[in-house]
Amino acid sequence: MAQLVLFDAFNGLVVGAFYALMALGLSLILNLSGVINFAHGGFLAVAAYLAYTLIPRLGFWGGLVVAPLLTAGLGLLVERFLIRRLYGRDPLYSLLLTFGLAYVFEDGTRVLWGAQALPYPVPPSLSTPVSATLFFLTGYRVFMVLLVAAAVTALFLVLARTRLGIRIRAGTQDLETVSVLGINVRVLRNLNFGLGVYLAGLAGVLAAGMLGLEPTIGSSLIMPSFVAIIVGGLGSLPGTLLGGLLIGVASGVTTVFFPSATEAVIYVMMAAVLLVRPHGLLGDAARIR
Amino acid sequence: MSRLERHAPAFVASALLVTMPWWLQAAGGYTELASRIVILGLAAMGLNFLLGFTGVLSFGHAAYFGLGGYGVAMTLRYLVPSSAVAILVGVLAGTVAAAIIGALIVKLRGVYFAMVTIAFGQVFYFVAFRWNRVTGGDDGLTGWARLPVGVGPLTLDLRGSDLAFYYFVLALLGLSAAAMGLLLRSPFGRTLLAIRENERRARFLGIPVERHIWLSFVVSALFASLAGALFALLNNFIDPRALRWDQSGNFVIMAVLGGMRSFWGPLVGAGVFVLLQDLISTRTQSWMSFVGAFFVLVVLFFPRGVLGFVRRRPAS
Repeated sequence: MAQLVLFDAFNGLVVGAFYALMALGLSLILNLSGVINFAHGGFLAVAAYLAYTLIPRLGFWGGLVVAPLLTAGLGLLVERFLIRRLYGRDPLYSLLLTFGLAYVFEDGTRVLWGAQALPYPVPPSLSTPVSATLFFLTGYRVFMVLLVAAAVTALFLVLARTRLGIRIRAGTQDLETVSVLGINVRVLRNLNFGLGVYLAGLAGVLAAGMLGLEPTIGSSLIMPSFVAIIVGGLGSLPGTLLGGLLIGVASGVTTVFFPSATEAVIYVMMAAVLLVRPHGLLGDAARIR
Repeated sequence: MSRLERHAPAFVASALLVTMPWWLQAAGGYTELASRIVILGLAAMGLNFLLGFTGVLSFGHAAYFGLGGYGVAMTLRYLVPSSAVAILVGVLAGTVAAAIIGALIVKLRGVYFAMVTIAFGQVFYFVAFRWNRVTGGDDGLTGWARLPVGVGPLTLDLRGSDLAFYYFVLALLGLSAAAMGLLLRSPFGRTLLAIRENERRARFLGIPVERHIWLSFVVSALFASLAGALFALLNNFIDPRALRWDQSGNFVIMAVLGGMRSFWGPLVGAGVFVLLQDLISTRTQSWMSFVGAFFVLVVLFFPRGVLGFVRRRPAS
């Protein structure tokens, strides 16, 4: 029993790491530009499928590096030519636009790669269990958690130390002042969108190795990411990270005791958090208005 | 503006709606399609009570729509063989859920409100999806059918005649539209407009903003769940897709497409959307791409919607 709980808790942690990675990208875009990127799951799926196509040519590691970068490039284009036109208008419009894009991406991957699930090749060095007693710790899962941890650390370092990161954080506080100080806000928003999409792409390539590859992979992961942001707190990236891990572990543990509530439990958590702290666990109360 | 001029849109709308089964048939449609337009139009009008007239963005109205549908289906399947009771249960289910969720989220605004409504919308989807034994799970709930409804001494044969069902639905749309119109013209409705235009100012005037938004949310969900109840009756079937996020998005695009600032706009938007979907989905497998591209085009080039566009021209 204890092993089963441990197994599902660890599983939840892995899934939570995806949610967190994806939600961090969403959060970046939301905080700086006020856009709910509904197409985030679509970008994730595009990256996963690109990796699938690239792996035979570049190998597993090549796909892991190149696919998210290509997807981020697609994100830069989408921001430049579509989303940029909608800044300053009712957030309804950017939400609808990205919603439409989510449809296009999901259907596009279905047309290009087919509707059936595809096997995603993972190198054998990563697919063996680490030990016999802890059978659930396959190398791939451990590797994923480590990689997500590394990516998140890198993200926080970029935001804390680099010029781009400092500008993004400043823009999140007060975009107008940042603009007055002579920083090109258009470029900043563009790069920030690309960064957010890159994180979605990375999550997609990793998720494909664990969940398999289907056109609906994006839309099944995006809702928990919204919940992660709400639970963790609006406007707070550490909050988003915490929210993602929390809901992942919670739904993992629920699988043991009440399997049919695996999905629903995270919404119950969200309701509880909203009841006690409308701005989320680590959120900024001023941001919900 | 004269009296006649003021009521002209309502007259035109009613004339078009009453004759819809004929002109739609002449254009190659069928009666069921007309019913679908009216029902989804009612849902979009309900949503627009919140979206267009209170200025609050809900992206999760499929939840209340679907609850209305499941209320009907489960009542007819398990409880009482009466369409009227079933509709009542459906509306109650959706409205109560909205009252509870609304109370949790009225403090949020703007994009955050939208995001929380999206997320909450999914709860009921998963419940319907997972609770196989009762809801039929992914396959939907079958094994029931709509029954005739008695109106005073008359009996409407909803089951046998598609046309009778259409007029039943249309009558409910008329009643709902009248109720929404009266509400919007009342002091309550004017207050909602004031909140939409300037929330801070409304607050300074002593208006309890949260309570008004909550009420508007509940009223809006009430009409959405009525529409969902009728939708289930129309198809004699309900499945979790009626509850899913894409259905919520469809309602929003209907409202935007028709014109969020006009009373009848969402109905027009629903008409365009349903006809287009019918046209595309019979011709190609990848209708999702077309619908998605359609969303993008509407947002970029047609954000005021059909009626907003028509109205703007004489002014310029």
